[in-house]
Amino acid sequence: MQNSAEKYLRTEKLPHIWCPGCGNGIVLGAMVRAFEKLGCDQDNTVIVSGIGCSSRAAGYMDFNTLHTTHGRALAFATGIKLARPEITVFVIMGDGDSSSIGGNHLIHAARRNIDLTAVIFNNSIYGMTGGQYSPLTPTGSRATTAPYSTIERPFDLPDLARAAGATYVARSTSYHAAMLTKLITAGATHKGFSLIEAITACPVSFGRRNKMGDGYDMLMWQKEHAVPVEKAKDKTPEEMRGKFLIGELYKTEAPEYTDLYNQLIRKSQMISREE
Amino acid sequence: MSQTSEILLSGTGGQGLILAGQILAEAVVRDGKNTVQTQSYGPEARGGASKTEIIISDDEIDYPKVTRPDVLLVMSQEALNRFAGLLDENGILIVDSTYIREIPAIKAKVYKIPYSKIAKETLGKEMVANIVALGSLSAISGAVTKESLLLALMSRIPRGTEALNQKALEIGWKSASQFAA
Amino acid sequence: MAETAALARLMQGNEAIAEGALAAGARFFAGYPITPSTEIAEILAKKLPVLGGKFIQMEDEISSMAAVIGASLAGLKSLTATSGPGFSLKQENLGFAIMTEIPCVVVNVQRCGPSTGIPTATAQGDVMQARWGTHGDHPVIALTPASVQESYTLTVQAFNLSERFRTPVILLSEEVIGHCRERVVLPDISELKIIDRKKPPAGLARYNPYEPGADGVPPMANFCDGYRYHVTGLTHDESGGPTTDAEKAERLIKRLNNKVMDHLDEITMTESWMTEDAEIIVIAYGATSRSAKRAVKMAREVGIKAGLFRLITIWPFPVKEVTALCRQAHTIIFPELNLGQLIGEVERAARNETNVVGVNRVTGEMITPDEILNKIKSQVKVEQHAE
Repeated sequence: MQNSAEKYLRTEKLPHIWCPGCGNGIVLGAMVRAFEKLGCDQDNTVIVSGIGCSSRAAGYMDFNTLHTTHGRALAFATGIKLARPEITVFVIMGDGDSSSIGGNHLIHAARRNIDLTAVIFNNSIYGMTGGQYSPLTPTGSRATTAPYSTIERPFDLPDLARAAGATYVARSTSYHAAMLTKLITAGATHKGFSLIEAITACPVSFGRRNKMGDGYDMLMWQKEHAVPVEKAKDKTPEEMRGKFLIGELYKTEAPEYTDLYNQLIRKSQMISREE
Repeated sequence: MSQTSEILLSGTGGQGLILAGQILAEAVVRDGKNTVQTQSYGPEARGGASKTEIIISDDEIDYPKVTRPDVLLVMSQEALNRFAGLLDENGILIVDSTYIREIPAIKAKVYKIPYSKIAKETLGKEMVANIVALGSLSAISGAVTKESLLLALMSRIPRGTEALNQKALEIGWKSASQFAA
Repeated sequence: MAETAALARLMQGNEAIAEGALAAGARFFAGYPITPSTEIAEILAKKLPVLGGKFIQMEDEISSMAAVIGASLAGLKSLTATSGPGFSLKQENLGFAIMTEIPCVVVNVQRCGPSTGIPTATAQGDVMQARWGTHGDHPVIALTPASVQESYTLTVQAFNLSERFRTPVILLSEEVIGHCRERVVLPDISELKIIDRKKPPAGLARYNPYEPGADGVPPMANFCDGYRYHVTGLTHDESGGPTTDAEKAERLIKRLNNKVMDHLDEITMTESWMTEDAEIIVIAYGATSRSAKRAVKMAREVGIKAGLFRLITIWPFPVKEVTALCRQAHTIIFPELNLGQLIGEVERAARNETNVVGVNRVTGEMITPDEILNKIKSQVKVEQHAE
């Protein structure tokens, strides 16, 4: 990647630790291109991540980067953003990280509408621990902890975020990398809590066990199963069965948490003077 | 008063005795003495009882709990039954005679004053019985000065209730001589 | 007492912690409601915004600890307050703060456990959890206030030690101290000694966030203050990047511990009372030390050569000081409001050279002076009998 986006990477930390065929590098690339589009000030931007394959991405990015505990990235990010609202904060989490152990933090960050941009690397599996099912693993998939295939229903993460109060919600895939860059850019520009789900492939721990082929085949699977929102309008429920939406899924305006907190500071000071 | 005195207030939850204890402790500080006030939530909390303990001293106070009260103010029969035995034999027992009928035979000096009745009949609000009792206890025991007590009271009550509370304190203070033991 | 009367106030223990935090420069609090610590959150919710500081009630105890660490990394002195059940949940990120060397203060107003226990009853049951609650080999600094006045001064001290050594500091209060009201005389804030984290010089070609100074403590750049770096809970090298190299791992873990253990003179706080000629020494901490003091007074009144040694810092455990006392006294009496936790450290320091006797209680009420006095008396008899 010999271009101006390269400055956002700690190139001395590369090559990365991800397996051949893993989609995380593509999602990382999409993020870096978004940083370039946004003209991110590296000294005034923080990347916070949780624990898992995806969360190693933070270490490869040349910003102030904080690799936290499993599931807690949004809570750390909330502390940073509230302490210094002028800092731009991105949060990277995996599917298990964000929706299972960190599910409570996710819905509350969304509820507060705090100005964080969360990028969820959804590879449908706990990859780093060797392939256990997550709350985003499709029903009927095999995993090391689902040897007879999972009976659990997955969350629809964008729906969950929207219901919890997120004001920008989008989804793309590692196949649709250019769209992913556009959505991350839009999410970062949006004032409030933004969640961008990036469907990515884990051929080693998920694909292999579910007969989905290699990294290339899984990218093709994404191509065939993703339907852009604008095209979905013309499709029948029958045609949409087994497919998922990509694109900007929801956007609205609502007061942002740190703005409200600054107002609260002024109110408290006024009341205190009166007392 | 001895150099260190121990005061125990107990009654039913909601009678405001913990607040009374805090006001008393603040008055002690205003008088320039040392004090510690604790409230305990022992098993009696489940029975709806409340208890607060105040120690007053010219010196450092080590153990912060009352062991042998010099003054015991009780506003329920249950509290009296429970704590009367702790009272120092030269101590003072003050009971709200509105609700307390049976007083055990003890050596301590006993004051029987119907605080709740006084509060209800002369002030129209039984709610301030705690402040009537506080004024009374202070006058009887000499634990704090009236000036400090009034200042402490004013600093710890909701705005708009100053007149009522001050009146309650005055009535309580006077009741001490009216109902002399 | 008269000359300071004008400055004297009646204050609750938890209120003193909140005031101490503000005086120390704390400008961020994240917490979750829990008895008997909630007053700290309530007071800071009111006072922090007035000072331009931030208060947030998080969704749980885990995220409270996380937010506190995030805010501290962004440059604000930060704290959280909790009690036993919440303290259990803090342990995960407490370990993260230790590993990543991010200063913060964790207040635990102890209550009767285990589990939900008796929320409004006092205890000293979390002293070992404070030491070993989070996994792995790590240093811990824990302070135990015995009064409302000390709740204030030790909160300031907790922040100072935290900033000085880049490590979380635990303030272990107790329900009876947190909820009691006492006369306090607060020092003028301008006269307080306040320590702030040491920062790296500006303009370094390369800032290694975990390259220690001579004292073992690396200078700390706040996030977005000019240096870009990586922070991880993974074992890391001096650049902050993760490593599994055995030598680097050992160097990090030893340095984390040594930066505390090499500076005990700055951390250990104790207090002696009537110990000079004492043959029986009561060692105690927190509220129990007040029962112990009364007991020692009563023992002296009946001619027993008793003394009190109060531990203010309990972690790192003051081994050197306690060993010296064990050589002097024939008996050490160690009352604590649990079934015997810290006494193991006393016995270790005694090295079988002296008799160590516990006084314990788990009723949710303080140990009384009489209980300790009776133990003192029983030990006198034992000795006379032996002679």
